Amino acid sequence: MFENLSDRLEGIYKKLKGRGVLKEADVDEALREIRVALIEADVSLSAINPFLEDIREKAVGQEVLKSLTPGHQMVKIVNDELISLLGGDFQDLTMAPTLPTIILMAGLQGAGKTTTVGKLANRFKGNGKNCLLVPADVYRPAAIEQLNVIGRELDVEVYQAEGEKDPVKICQGAVEAASKKMIHVVILDTAGRLQIDDELMEELKSIKEKVEPHESLFVVDAMMGQQAAEVARTFNDAIGIDGVILTKMDGDARGGAALSINSVTGGKPIRFVGTGEKLDALEPFHAERVVSRLLGMGDVMSLVEKAETAYDLEEQAVLEKKIKKNAFTLEDFKDQLKQIQKMGSIQQLIGMIPGANKLKGLNVDERAFCKIEAIINSMTPFERNKHNIINSSRKRRIALGSGTTVNDVNKLLKQFAQMQKMMKKMASGKGRGGFDLGSMMGGRGMSPFG
Amino acid sequence: MDGTEEDTIESNEEKGGFFSRLKSGLQKTRSGLAGGIDRVVNGPAKIGPELWQELEEVLLMADVGIPAMNWIMEELKKGVAKSLIRDKEGIVKYLKELLVRILEDVSVEEASPAKGLCVVLMIGINGSGKTTTIGKLAARYKGEGEQVIVAAGDTFRAAATEQLQAWADRTGVTCVSQKSGTDPSAVAYDAVQSAVVRNADRVIVDTAGRLQTNKNLMEELKKVKRVIGKVVADAPHETLLVLDASIGQNSLSQARLFHDSLKVDGLVMTKLDGSSKGGVLFNITRELQVPVRYIGVGEKVDDLQPFDPKSFVEALFNE
Repeated sequence: MFENLSDRLEGIYKKLKGRGVLKEADVDEALREIRVALIEADVSLSAINPFLEDIREKAVGQEVLKSLTPGHQMVKIVNDELISLLGGDFQDLTMAPTLPTIILMAGLQGAGKTTTVGKLANRFKGNGKNCLLVPADVYRPAAIEQLNVIGRELDVEVYQAEGEKDPVKICQGAVEAASKKMIHVVILDTAGRLQIDDELMEELKSIKEKVEPHESLFVVDAMMGQQAAEVARTFNDAIGIDGVILTKMDGDARGGAALSINSVTGGKPIRFVGTGEKLDALEPFHAERVVSRLLGMGDVMSLVEKAETAYDLEEQAVLEKKIKKNAFTLEDFKDQLKQIQKMGSIQQLIGMIPGANKLKGLNVDERAFCKIEAIINSMTPFERNKHNIINSSRKRRIALGSGTTVNDVNKLLKQFAQMQKMMKKMASGKGRGGFDLGSMMGGRGMSPFG
Repeated sequence: MDGTEEDTIESNEEKGGFFSRLKSGLQKTRSGLAGGIDRVVNGPAKIGPELWQELEEVLLMADVGIPAMNWIMEELKKGVAKSLIRDKEGIVKYLKELLVRILEDVSVEEASPAKGLCVVLMIGINGSGKTTTIGKLAARYKGEGEQVIVAAGDTFRAAATEQLQAWADRTGVTCVSQKSGTDPSAVAYDAVQSAVVRNADRVIVDTAGRLQTNKNLMEELKKVKRVIGKVVADAPHETLLVLDASIGQNSLSQARLFHDSLKVDGLVMTKLDGSSKGGVLFNITRELQVPVRYIGVGEKVDDLQPFDPKSFVEALFNE
């Protein structure tokens, strides 16, 4: 099964490698694959078709950047378009000029509204704002109790409706109480409802009219299927969605709902994503992350871009020559390390590699790089060029100079020797003279120096 | 559980009421799936690429997913090639047969033990409707004359125990619970044991919702299952995975991973009263060969019914 859009496109474009411009026929072929990828990510068909039209217009005739294959180029176009649609930067909630700010939460059953109310309250509390949580779900058994428990846990006040059974009146009463008490934020937790339940949608409308919230948030399960667009449209018609919160993003959902919803709300921003069960698991939304997930490819584009800015192509060419001649030295090794470090933290880089989220538990010791650098810096230029001459007295001096142990120096030299061996193999084969992170980090445990 | 019948208050109303609700619940599904198919079939396109393309879209919009859709389309094309399908009406008939076949291939009878206590374990992701489904199941079995105990195994989510207790009160069954934060295996153990002591017919164990990708929480579930097996050999007799119909292709991943860890005996699909189409069921049953046991079409106690492939597919299509 194809998991990842760039793999699919790579497959198609293998035969096209080296062409300068994206031709119409090529683009069409790619669009079919993109369509499948989007369907598998649960983007509503009604959102896919116009999106593909846009992509088509943008792609046909575009010149393929030298650094990219045609397949990559298509992925980049799709990627950039998705990011611009979903809005790049994080947009925080709108706060009212006068107290209190009223936030209305709405969505289907089981989307995660009540938990998200707790998460928002936790966030406001962290920003020094006090909240009043309002249980307006009078239908689901123990929904009010759930909010009470969350309130106790966070030490945030929960409005007590005292026998009132009308959600509209509960909300009105709560807002009134909040104004008197100078509370910063009132969060209205409404009952989950189906968008086809006219009675309950009317109720939601009248809450909206009576309390005039500053922010109406649509809480939606990131795993939602094809109907996401339709559901969002109905909620938008009823309450005018100001922002979206995508929940349950800590699973393996592709989050296609984000695009479906965007297509019917006129691009209302996604504010936050829920990333876990605990009350602090709420993250500001970043389009790049959701988009890369949607396309099932990790944050490859950032990785490509980072690699492009960090890697000097000329240097790269020189290096390749050296590797071919088997003249790769410790000095070159150090340069390579520096280039990698320019790209950002290793942990971050690993996170961008598709499929690497399985490695999440992995601990990379960033300091290991500093150590390697220090050791190489303590060598004389001669030693760097000919590491074979480093005997035990030289090792002692190097260890002393770099603040490491002879053992560390030994490990580095051993790894370097292995690397050279591998490069020899690569040079004889067809591989491009890249840099092998895995071998350098010495497999399990990653840190060359435990 | 066999023999006792029709002694519940609502059982006579139930059938007509339920089917009309299923129908009206599936109304939107119909206008999505069958409505779409009707449009395609009554539209101008002749049997050919254009018609196939339109049919594909209709299936995809019902969350059928690409693998099942491809299979269905291939079978339809084969049907045309073999002259089993002669006109566009024939397509609908053949399509129904295909859909029923997918579901019936894995259809099984209820897997309860010959006699004695039947233990049911409910699992699923957060918000899929486990607790509500347990409430409805409990009412159902109680109505059939069983003595039912429900176990509040969701000790994690705030007020989950209270929610189950409310259902228990409403349906008049016993709820076994401990305080929040207790090891769910302990609750399950207690509940099953007390069911044995009280000579109950059925115990339904609730669990906290968890995402299928969370390894540790899946291990926790495995432990619950093991522990239940220690009280009553070969229990749980039924492990039911609850799926939310509004979720798309991720349901397949849920079914896959829960099945890998816990061996799921049956599926329950909830929230079919929305506009959700539940088409992903075709994909799941095809891949995993796990039967659908119940479907939920509303919030009322009797809105949960045993799954019947024929009437499900019929309800998708019939006016």
